[in-house]
Amino acid sequence: MARINLILLLVLTACALGLVTSQHQARKLFAELEREQERAKQLDVEWGQLQLEQSTWAMHARVEKIARERLRMSVPDAKRTQVVMPEAAQGAAR
Amino acid sequence: MNYAASPVLALRLPLWRSRLLLALIAGGFLVLAGRAVYLQGWNNDFLQQKGESRYSRVLEISANRGRITDRHGEALAISTPVKSVWAIPEEVQYSSQQRAKLAALLELPPQEIDKRLNESTSFVYLKRQIPPEVAERVSELHIPGLFQNREYRRYYPGGEVMAHVLGFTGADDVGQEGIELAFQSTLAGKSGSRRVIKDRMGQIVEDMESIREAQNGRDLALALDAKLQNLAFSQLKLAVESNKAKAGAIVVLDAKTGEVLALANLPTYNPNNRSRLSGAQLRNRVITDTFEPGSTLKPFTVALAIEQGKITPESMIATASGSLSIGKATVHDAHTFGDMSVAQVIQRSSNVGAARIALSLPAEALWGMFDQVGFGSVPRLGFPGEVGGRLRAYKTWRPIEQATMAYGHGISVSLLQLARAYTIFARDGELMPLSLVRVDAPLAGKQVISPDTARKLRAMLEMAVQLGGTAPKARVMGYRVAGKTGTAHKEENGAYAAHKYVSSFVGLAPASDPRLVIAVMLDEPSAGQYYGGAVAAPVFSAVMGGALRMLGVPPDASLKPLELPPEGSEIREGV
Repeated sequence: MARINLILLLVLTACALGLVTSQHQARKLFAELEREQERAKQLDVEWGQLQLEQSTWAMHARVEKIARERLRMSVPDAKRTQVVMPEAAQGAAR
Repeated sequence: MNYAASPVLALRLPLWRSRLLLALIAGGFLVLAGRAVYLQGWNNDFLQQKGESRYSRVLEISANRGRITDRHGEALAISTPVKSVWAIPEEVQYSSQQRAKLAALLELPPQEIDKRLNESTSFVYLKRQIPPEVAERVSELHIPGLFQNREYRRYYPGGEVMAHVLGFTGADDVGQEGIELAFQSTLAGKSGSRRVIKDRMGQIVEDMESIREAQNGRDLALALDAKLQNLAFSQLKLAVESNKAKAGAIVVLDAKTGEVLALANLPTYNPNNRSRLSGAQLRNRVITDTFEPGSTLKPFTVALAIEQGKITPESMIATASGSLSIGKATVHDAHTFGDMSVAQVIQRSSNVGAARIALSLPAEALWGMFDQVGFGSVPRLGFPGEVGGRLRAYKTWRPIEQATMAYGHGISVSLLQLARAYTIFARDGELMPLSLVRVDAPLAGKQVISPDTARKLRAMLEMAVQLGGTAPKARVMGYRVAGKTGTAHKEENGAYAAHKYVSSFVGLAPASDPRLVIAVMLDEPSAGQYYGGAVAAPVFSAVMGGALRMLGVPPDASLKPLELPPEGSEIREGV
């Protein structure tokens, strides 16, 4: 009887220690998850800021200005435009 | 010394004393045990709460406001976190060096900071909405009593170009104007909260419960096309400047879907920097302002008369005299061309012709026509401040009013209503419901006039932009264009002002299968020209030409260079 009790006590102690370790592990992993989620949020914010920056640089007014002034581009007038109809639309259009 | 022999020990105490002591101590233990059972068993809320407050925390989960994008997904409004610096004035202590640094970082004069910190409140904002990098450097100054909290600020990369459509949000990220206000409930996020366990390092170690789920605001895709919007805005700006107009407005509709592809107003403002805003700048004239449209209303009168079988496009109207007296009033034309056909009445914009046609119709029918195309009723776009214009009940019309209404006086509409009404000519008689947000499946229109009548009117409107019409400058090379000019005296204090005009042009293209409807309006052009054909038509032409090319609409006319009428021989409409 005493031997069984002793073995059960040992098993119980082992279980209790196991519980403590796994709880500790769980908390550590959770803290890590939390950090990663925070990072994801940060990256989301950064993405928004980059999008903002992109659309500021890509403003049509700015693109047009650069095209006109720096690259000396212009819209071809109708005299220099040749319209090519796709086969299917040819009969219908003209 | 022999203690054992001490007589004190030989004394026998009475038994009741030890019993009493035992009972008292046992009683004391019982009371303690009872109290312990009570506190932990029955009345355990208080201690439980105290215990939890040592390790559990409720955290706020912030939610983002949704982005606004154009129809192709280009960002038009984005929220991004910023910091606000606030202080508890009594607790603030700093050296003069720190003060100078703080002032430089916050871009405030040092005196201003002193002033705010001398206020006798327990909370004062030093500066709201500063970039996170600056906030970082402020916190590095380690000034006690100075705190920061996180806020969101909305940025509009499109600036003044889209200002009137998008509107803006206030400091608390709540919509105050435009789309931001109209779609506040969709865009706004709901912040949530959750309970967690923190360890002594302040790290979160366990999630206990989610009290409220955070909900990010939904993104909104507008019908607007950023490229087209920019084109419309820049052309309108050129025209307003060269004509020295007080204001201007333009709206571009997709005739196939009823979507608003572009909508611009001048004067405008920069939504990213809203100091010094005036009411005139904020006004979205396209939607919230009405004006007397003038001749742009003639096609509706003619359409009704054709629909009722009273006339055909070839019927002759007696306009030779150039004036028509109704009671005490007289209707005038700018030119006399002899008698005109109905088509010519539209082409040359004859007031007398339109008045005669209107008088041949019952007032009720004319009112019904105006009502059916949406005049006098709010367009229900969901936009703040929409107006319905003024269309009086037909029972109160006098004959002269019925005549003037035929050419757009005595009735007021918004530019958006006018553009929408023209969808009946663009869509073979169907009036389209409009939408500011992108629609994937077009809504059903409402048939107002027969397809046959609509096509006849389209042919007449095409004549109006030809060489013999009032707006040859509205033509676009390579496309057949149909449209109508409008020039009206402005009403001021109940009377028409002599030299103040509103010039407008509404048109559609390509006429063979209309894709776009564009309406342009310029308020008080004062550089000499004021006829719609000279002021508003060129804007229409430039925007229509560019837009059709951007959308890849195949040309339906030959690509011959357009000739303009010789100087001085332009056909002017009656005003």
